[in-house]
Amino acid sequence: MSSMENQTQARRANRRASAILKAVASFVVIVATTYLGLLAVTFFIGRVVPIDPVLAIVGDRAPAHVVERTRIEMGFNLPYYQQFYLYVKGVLQGDFGTSVLTTNPVMADIRRVFPATMELATVGTIIGAAFGIPLGVLAAVKRGSLADQIVRIIGLIGYSVPIFWLGLLALLVFYARLGWTAGPGRIDVVFEYTFTPITGFYLLDAVLNRDWAAFKDIFAHIILPASLLGYFSLAYISRMTRSFMLNELSQEYIVAARAKGLSETRIIWGHALRNAAVPLVTVIALSYAGLLEGSVLTETVFAWPGLGLYITNSLQNADMNAVLGGTIIIGSVFIALNLFSDLLYRLLDPRTRIR
Amino acid sequence: MSTLLHVEDLRVSFPTRTGVVEAVRGVSFALGQERLGIVGESGSGKSQTGRAIMGLTPQQAEIKAKRLEFSGIDLLKASQAERRALRGSRIAMILQDPKYSLDPVMTIGRQIVETLRTHEKVGKSEARQRALDMLAAVQIRDPKRVYDLYPHEVSGGMGQRAMIAMMLIAGPELLIADEPTSALDVTVQLDILRILDRLVIDRGMGLVFISHDLRLVSTFCDRVIVMYAGKIVEELKASELSQAKHPYTQGLLNCMPKIGESRHPLPVLDRQPEWLL
Ligand SMILES: Nc1ncnc2c1ncn2[C@@H]1O[C@H](COP(=O)(O)OP(=O)(O)O)[C@@H](O)[C@H]1O
Ligand SMILES: [Mg+2]
Repeated sequence: MSSMENQTQARRANRRASAILKAVASFVVIVATTYLGLLAVTFFIGRVVPIDPVLAIVGDRAPAHVVERTRIEMGFNLPYYQQFYLYVKGVLQGDFGTSVLTTNPVMADIRRVFPATMELATVGTIIGAAFGIPLGVLAAVKRGSLADQIVRIIGLIGYSVPIFWLGLLALLVFYARLGWTAGPGRIDVVFEYTFTPITGFYLLDAVLNRDWAAFKDIFAHIILPASLLGYFSLAYISRMTRSFMLNELSQEYIVAARAKGLSETRIIWGHALRNAAVPLVTVIALSYAGLLEGSVLTETVFAWPGLGLYITNSLQNADMNAVLGGTIIIGSVFIALNLFSDLLYRLLDPRTRIR
Repeated sequence: MSTLLHVEDLRVSFPTRTGVVEAVRGVSFALGQERLGIVGESGSGKSQTGRAIMGLTPQQAEIKAKRLEFSGIDLLKASQAERRALRGSRIAMILQDPKYSLDPVMTIGRQIVETLRTHEKVGKSEARQRALDMLAAVQIRDPKRVYDLYPHEVSGGMGQRAMIAMMLIAGPELLIADEPTSALDVTVQLDILRILDRLVIDRGMGLVFISHDLRLVSTFCDRVIVMYAGKIVEELKASELSQAKHPYTQGLLNCMPKIGESRHPLPVLDRQPEWLL
């Protein structure tokens, strides 16, 4: 009897292990192919754009033998498949070539600018979720009421108003007129020599340095652009939260929860939202990704030294290595975010867990 | 026998765009510590009658009654909070399909404990122990394992046992079972009914058993109410079913196949417009 039980248990454990292995394997395959696809696309773009990477380096008045030598040095005489191999190898080692504009390795530039973008998008998403989720819940619970209408209008404005216009308006009102926030940039020049970035996330760095004056200043700088991004993310998150919540609230288990005598608070936040959280994770990850890649306009308006601004500048100066490097980074972050939301989804929904 | 529940002239109506839908139109009955069956075809107002007693009538619906009284409490005058305190602790309800009526992202054990701790001040470990005992009481052989399972990991019959455990753990005096076996395989229906019957008798509960299956109700209940279009058309003792007078009840009885009998054509339920009045 007990040996039979042991056997079934062992079999179950075996089945579980192989299922997990299979899931991990398919995970790896998907990530690898997606990444390879991304690299193929950027490689292809790099070859077809009418910008000669050699001329971009040596200048268009260089003598022919210099051009030819550089071409060979850079491997452009090799067949395409070999070029692609070298390209992938370089990228995997974090080598995106050198930026013509800044003369730094592209990777070094990205290390400097990407945290700025990520910090802004992170604070923006936190604001968007912190306000968007409760507003969406409120709208669903009080469906058809004035509160629901107001939430809808707030969302509608978020969808339809152009971000640069709202950004300029916000700067005009809160910085120029009221003086409540700081102006463009990440930090005041006063701190230029005293503040040493560690991670590149300034808020975090200020905390690590215990530099509270800098923290205050950084916060005053980030709050306006982050609120702006947060508003757009709020528009999206609140609308999706509302529709997910309406769906959950109409389920039978909500009737059962009421029949158990639970309070409305517990039913809404403990049961309905807990279930709605499963699809919400994907929505928030998507909105975060949207803020990361769509920050170009905000970064321009607020002179925010982030990836969006970097790519725009590089593009205007035909700095292909920088543009493609930035594109690959954004693509990688997309892939990573997808993975992360997938994992979180599994964590939140027991039906997708492997037992 | 003391009367637990008084329902007199209960009316539930839904305002809709095309007019008012009257789901329940003047239902009256009284219930003690007994098993009352409510039968009727789909849409005849059985569930809405049960939900009105629970206080789970949808917000947009209007509810009226001459009297709706549970154990001396006027349910129509009771506040929202008072009614909520009754739900789960003194009046409970079992729903049709455990696949949908259990929260999919919460373990079975936690859902049972949740009912208990809503109504009684008990510590975590005591609550757990009582939930395990309750799972054993609904004849789950391996309560410790089932406690940590999620609803999708158990069968329909197991899920419905968990549902019963969840609804009975706080010791209600009145149980409304709304088609508790209709979504289950025929093979487990009887198991669930036996468990339910046992608990109802052992704990001295009053039971309102809602079903569309007249035979099931008659073997399982003391008394049967037959509903049609929101009204009671007939009320009888379960043992006197064969003496039903109303043609609708007779029709329901006739629909039941008998072993060894072949019928062509199959009988069809007769519905007369004058029964609606
Ligand atoms: N939310 C609602 N809006 C309008 N009509 C409803 C609603 N819920 C139930 N009804 C109506 O009430 C009647 C009785 O429903 P119900 O009590 O669920 O029937 P039963 O349980 O006997 O099948 C049905 O005709 C149905 O159309
Ligand atoms: Mg029903």
